[in-house]
Amino acid sequence: MPPEPLVRVDGLMKRFGTGAPVFADVYFRIAEGEFVCLIGHSGCGKTTILNVLAGLDEASDGTVLFAGRELDGPSLDRAVIFQGHALLPWLDVEANVAFAVRSRWPRWSNEQVRAHVAEQLGVVGLGQAAKKKPSALSGGMRQRVGIARALAIRPRMLLMDEPFSALDALTRGTLQDEVARLCAETRQTVFMITHDVDEALLLADRIFLMTNGPDARIAEIVVNTIPGPRRRHDVHHHPAYPALRNHLLDFLIERSRGFGVGAADYDPKNPPEIRLEAAA
Amino acid sequence: MKPSLGLRAGAVSLLIFVVFIAAWYLATGAGPGAATVDPAYAKLVGAAAAGGGKSAMPGPDVVAATLAKHLADPFFDRGPNDKGIGIQLLFSIGRVFLGFGLAMLVAIPLGFVIGLSPLMQRALDPFIQVLKPISPLAWMPLALYTIKDSAASSIFVIFVCSLWPMLINTAFGVASVRREWLNVARTLECRPLRMAFRVVLPAAAPTIVTGMRISIGIAWLVIVAAEMLVGGTGIGYFVWNEWNNLSIANVVVAIVMIGLIGMALDQGLAFAQRKVSWVE
Repeated sequence: MPPEPLVRVDGLMKRFGTGAPVFADVYFRIAEGEFVCLIGHSGCGKTTILNVLAGLDEASDGTVLFAGRELDGPSLDRAVIFQGHALLPWLDVEANVAFAVRSRWPRWSNEQVRAHVAEQLGVVGLGQAAKKKPSALSGGMRQRVGIARALAIRPRMLLMDEPFSALDALTRGTLQDEVARLCAETRQTVFMITHDVDEALLLADRIFLMTNGPDARIAEIVVNTIPGPRRRHDVHHHPAYPALRNHLLDFLIERSRGFGVGAADYDPKNPPEIRLEAAA
Repeated sequence: MKPSLGLRAGAVSLLIFVVFIAAWYLATGAGPGAATVDPAYAKLVGAAAAGGGKSAMPGPDVVAATLAKHLADPFFDRGPNDKGIGIQLLFSIGRVFLGFGLAMLVAIPLGFVIGLSPLMQRALDPFIQVLKPISPLAWMPLALYTIKDSAASSIFVIFVCSLWPMLINTAFGVASVRREWLNVARTLECRPLRMAFRVVLPAAAPTIVTGMRISIGIAWLVIVAAEMLVGGTGIGYFVWNEWNNLSIANVVVAIVMIGLIGMALDQGLAFAQRKVSWVE
């Protein structure tokens, strides 16, 4: 019997007002140490699902178990990296991270907090920028602070909502590599939303594909058959990469319009698991 | 090389000032004329006015001399009707600070409640809308009747007139704190008080201080009128008293002082505004 998953989502549904639900019948599991990406077009409720996992939003129906317990509001166990960094602009970089650290360990002395913050800023390469205000930083550096703030509290799970979508391609690539490294080193459990197929293949162990909203479902789950550690500079040379990438793109372009969901053998509790190996 | 904009603006300001003083001097000093005074009227107003066509409007030289005399000894106190202009100003400033401080104690917490609770916002809105446009001086009879103390009544009037801009700005500032920042605090399991002081207050501070700046401006406008009405002490009373003495020079000196103090109060809060403002 496999170990109990860290996250267990059963029959999640969200409805705004009285119309059709944004999404319904969403079932999935996330194991400890797993990196999961959720891909889907805008409007399928990806962010809502993430906010439900974060405890910031409530689903209209369904349950979420985290470490065997039903979710009850936000928690320091689940850190969120927001799409727009969400740093507090009146605090400098150091104080932004310290705010989180003090929330996690309220009894720590100033010395302990300062040391921990300095270490975390060092990890994301921002030691020099500790005294700067977020407004004085580039988009990439701000998002680094966001990452440092989230990782500093040692969460059991990291939730990321398109964390790199506002960045230029070069910065995005560097940060993707760093997140891949940091998460692999600490075996961090991650749930991440993205639009970017290459990003998903670089980072995720499994990729959940959502159909278009309204009434969106998880259509299938693609297992990333490229073994870790994956690096940005060579991941696309792996023999399985083209097949996986084409499969994801085909889904986004064609099949996301409800593909498979109507099929007789589609079971929302067990969406088909796709495992693509290298083309012969 | 062209001198800096600041230098050129200063030169123009100086020129305008000189032209104004010259015009004033010519207008008041040049035409002694032989305006005849009706003998009956002369009997009524006494010797000073009956002395001939000498205008009661002083020239800038007379005002400057009066100003110098006042500044040389601003704090003398020779009974209820003969106090230095410094003492009178201190009375007025003291009343403004007391009324303004009390208004702050009420407006900022209440503004927080209104800003955080859409229910309270809707419930209190009709009262605020009706009370706000009432001239603060209209409260004076009611205050005199219930408080039975003229000094306390003028403080109450200052309280009423300072209340609304601070209340409305605080509520607006608190209500428009970015949802993202609140979500950050929620995922960090911030307690409500910590949330209020560490997130909502700094985020809303620039708007709150803007409200305070508007309030202190209005309070300084109103105190002069209130003191004219209740009498006793204060710069407003001084102005009215000197008008009754037909000492226009003293009135002009008081007007100049009112302007200078008002500017100082405004600049003080402008400084506070710069201290609490942040850029995103």
